[in-house]
Amino acid sequence: MKYLSQFGHYILFLKKSIGKPEKFNIFWELFVRDLYKMGNDSFGIVSIISIFIGAVAVIQIGYQLVGSLVPMYVLGRIVRDSNILEFSPTITALVMAGKIGGNIASEIGTMKVSEQIDALEIMGVNASRYVVLPKLVASLIAIPALVIYSMFLSNLGGIISVSLSGIVTVDGYLTGLRMDFDGFSITYALTKAVTFAFLITTISASHGYRTEGGALEVGWASTRAVVQSCIAIIFFDFILTQIMLYK
Amino acid sequence: MIELQHLNKSFDGRQVLFDLSAKFEKGKCSFVIGASGSGKSVLMKTMVGLVEPDSGSLSFDGRDFLKLGYQEKKEVRQEIGMLFQGAALFDSLSVEENVAFPLRMFTNWTKEQILERVNFCLKRVKLENVNALYPSNISGGMKKRVGIARAIALNPKYLFCDEPNSGLDPVTSRVIDELITEITQEYQITTIINSHDIKSVFDMSDHILFIYQGKGWWSGHKEDIRKTGSKELLDFIKASEF
Ligand SMILES: Nc1ncnc2c1ncn2[C@@H]1O[C@H](COP(=O)(O)OP(=O)(O)OP(=O)(O)O)[C@@H](O)[C@H]1O
Ligand SMILES: [Mg+2]
Repeated sequence: MKYLSQFGHYILFLKKSIGKPEKFNIFWELFVRDLYKMGNDSFGIVSIISIFIGAVAVIQIGYQLVGSLVPMYVLGRIVRDSNILEFSPTITALVMAGKIGGNIASEIGTMKVSEQIDALEIMGVNASRYVVLPKLVASLIAIPALVIYSMFLSNLGGIISVSLSGIVTVDGYLTGLRMDFDGFSITYALTKAVTFAFLITTISASHGYRTEGGALEVGWASTRAVVQSCIAIIFFDFILTQIMLYK
Repeated sequence: MIELQHLNKSFDGRQVLFDLSAKFEKGKCSFVIGASGSGKSVLMKTMVGLVEPDSGSLSFDGRDFLKLGYQEKKEVRQEIGMLFQGAALFDSLSVEENVAFPLRMFTNWTKEQILERVNFCLKRVKLENVNALYPSNISGGMKKRVGIARAIALNPKYLFCDEPNSGLDPVTSRVIDELITEITQEYQITTIINSHDIKSVFDMSDHILFIYQGKGWWSGHKEDIRKTGSKELLDFIKASEF
């Protein structure tokens, strides 16, 4: 029951927040600021995580292939597809839920408890649209861009890992990496990225927007935003995989 | 003039405002006083449209606010300025940008026109050379003054102040009180102030509404307050004077 009412609030919140911005130049300024902040905040962590994920994937999958009948150079292909299809979009999104989602919920929550949202409403501004729309549009660009960046880095991490561990020769690995590449895997990954970006921003913003009380409640809202964004990501990962890979 | 008639409001079955009626006149500072929890803030939020009353009417110079459509409500809202208890400045914007905000949002003025108006409003609240500072870097009294500057940027017809003195020292309180009184007279604004501060009530009020447990208990002029037979009001005044 509680979740049903929460879901109802979320839908109403979306309805109020999504639409044409009231003043385009103000929207644009906020959008540029948010886009810069999201990219800048997340660039480092995405880089580190992506390289290590690629590196670990090589060692783990390599370990499973040793002694099997599958030729070792296939390793490159398997790691590439795992990175593009699953690791880069999903893990980047989960990290972004913690970073961007937590930020959004606490920023909007603080605006709510310090009456800044009320101040906007009284002036006659559509407050939810004013705060959410720039963040939503920024995340729909920033998160897919970070996912693409992560795809490159995770594969680079794979190559580094191969050259350090010598599971296969680097040349052999690169042959695998270039084998049977299907552009659809990128479409699929970006569809996931855009969906996750939407979920993270709107779920986090709606938690921030419903905060009442003080600093303590802002902290709770931020935690709830991260947890629920992560659950939503995993759930939609499953659904989208079903729909797109087995049509 | 703002006129309230028979306002009722309850939250989750608990009634906070009971059949409240009042009139607030143009060019005057009207005070709403009452104990903590008596419903002052809820009344103010109802008047500015943040809280929807369960029944009753609310009119701004004859415009029945609750019956207006979205666009007309928006027009009335642009005639309302509000000073919040915590000032409610936008933290991500500088002092200048805070005051410019309503102008950028609701006028088509050029940058120069906006800057001129911003500087005029800041000067009016006796703040100069702080344009580039952020709310986190200025004192509580300065925040209140920026809040006033932002509230008057669009030349409001109605000004609402929720506890303008809370959290300020007596000297700064005086400055804020004087500013509000001056601005009210100068621009003939209908000003409504929620306050706990009995001293400012006696200093600057033109009209007083005393709320007791959500009911409009007494209203009148400050000179008449001691002649009232209302025990609740006298108790409130006495308790506040110590
Ligand atoms: N959004 C809300 N939901 C439920 N109850 C509320 C809400 N807002 C106010 N109340 C209740 O309404 C009553 C009146 O509150 P209000 O804030 O108007 O008091 P006040 O007179 O402004 O007090 P103070 O002087 O302490 O600011 C309180 O009992 C409060 O709990
Ligand atoms: Mg109050």
